[in-house]
Amino acid sequence: MIEAKNLFKSFNDRPVLEDVNMQIEEGETFAIIGRSGSGKSVLMKHLIGLLKPDSGEILIDGVDINKLDYRALRTVRRQFGVLFQGGALFDSMTSFENVAFPLATFTDKKPAEIARVVHECLEMVELEDVGNKMPSELSGGMKKRVALARAIALRPKYIFYDEPNTGLDPETSNTIDALISGLSDRLNVTSIVVTHDMHSVLSIADRAAFIHQGTIRWIGTVEELHASTDDVLLDFVKAHEYQIGGPRTSVATNPPSY
Amino acid sequence: MSVVSLYMLDPIRALGRYTLLLTHAFESLNEFHTYRKNLFDQMVKIGIDSLPITALAAAFSGAVTTVQTAYQLVSPLFPKSIIGSIVAPSMILELGAVVTGFILTGRVGARIAAELGTMRVTEQIDALEAMGLNSIGYLIIPRVLAGVLMFPVLYIAAVLVGVGGGIAVAHLGGWVPAGEFVSGAREFFNPFDPVFGIIKSLVFGFVITSISCYKGYYTSGGAEGVGRSTTEAAVTSCVYILLADLVLAMTLL
Repeated sequence: MIEAKNLFKSFNDRPVLEDVNMQIEEGETFAIIGRSGSGKSVLMKHLIGLLKPDSGEILIDGVDINKLDYRALRTVRRQFGVLFQGGALFDSMTSFENVAFPLATFTDKKPAEIARVVHECLEMVELEDVGNKMPSELSGGMKKRVALARAIALRPKYIFYDEPNTGLDPETSNTIDALISGLSDRLNVTSIVVTHDMHSVLSIADRAAFIHQGTIRWIGTVEELHASTDDVLLDFVKAHEYQIGGPRTSVATNPPSY
Repeated sequence: MSVVSLYMLDPIRALGRYTLLLTHAFESLNEFHTYRKNLFDQMVKIGIDSLPITALAAAFSGAVTTVQTAYQLVSPLFPKSIIGSIVAPSMILELGAVVTGFILTGRVGARIAAELGTMRVTEQIDALEAMGLNSIGYLIIPRVLAGVLMFPVLYIAAVLVGVGGGIAVAHLGGWVPAGEFVSGAREFFNPFDPVFGIIKSLVFGFVITSISCYKGYYTSGGAEGVGRSTTEAAVTSCVYILLADLVLAMTLL
């Protein structure tokens, strides 16, 4: 289980997170939603320990990762798989080498066994035949899928997704959603998805937290989302409905007076 | 406040971050398995791959120094062998290390800063950390170690090629026969000179790679940030090479 307790963070005296509290249960798919610049990616970096809070705790299975020394923190991180926004594939390595990297670095597996696991991971993201390609030869969606294969190579307990659909066409975006959903079931992992794509949230998440101006404005199950009476949350959800062809009146502004 | 921040606090902050980065790097020295493969890769990239350009620059430095020395000392009062006595120590004491340093600031320092800077802005460094890897041990230790280990090798090559270039030009240009050049060089040879040159190349190797790693590792601001880091790495390394050159000369000679 992942818990954030009374989390505060400022950059250059500008508060980015203010008293954030939440719990992510084992096995669920939890979405952190909010507008661009609301602090959701910063929150995710705190959960992985890439950023340290000014005050507050991040508990991973009951252990406060900010109290650990660097070596112990790295051991905790080995339970994580992270899919970064642009994939963050190592561009000096082929796709195969990227997926093999954590296996070769952290396990005693023989090369043949590593190759078997890499092919298995690439098969899970439906990209069996790109092993020899360099990241620069892959499309945006393919890069994310190879990065996802790398993230699951060590069979993590938690998978973090940072804006998995950003920059992708709707069809590829659906493919990524289906992969996230499929992997959660197949590997029985806890998934944390940072996104502003409501379509994605509605199709893959069990619960969601809505971050607004650095605080958690709303938290609940996806079914409860539409029943919410919070204006700011409803505006966010409606803006998405408008994008996919919902009623224009819900977001239309007053006509100009001239 | 902004002026104080710009001229006083920012340099102190930068020095603090540089020191912390290096402290962290030295703490990671014992994690040899993390950087073993990278160390050999970097020794090839920094050392072996830089040999041709270093040799070329050294050969021309040696040749030009020889021609200029011959031009300035055309006098029946001086024996011709004095040209060898001036050119060889110049290469050993100053030019061998400094020419190698400047060439490698451009070739190695800029590459390190651009490479690490790109890894930073594309979140590849975050990806290494998120995996549970010590990114400083994995990325910085091998580059700094390779610089410190390979710069003396490049320095020795530069001196040999530079003095060789001087002899060739002196002989072929008709200024001094090769034998006289060598005897002049041997007459004034001081065994401490090459030791001083090697110490200098060790320091330059450390200065260039550590500054470039620091600039690259802490890059921010996308493609523009990578460009800024690369320029700053090259310029700052050059300034500190000149400074280190003076300090070493004043303290060791």
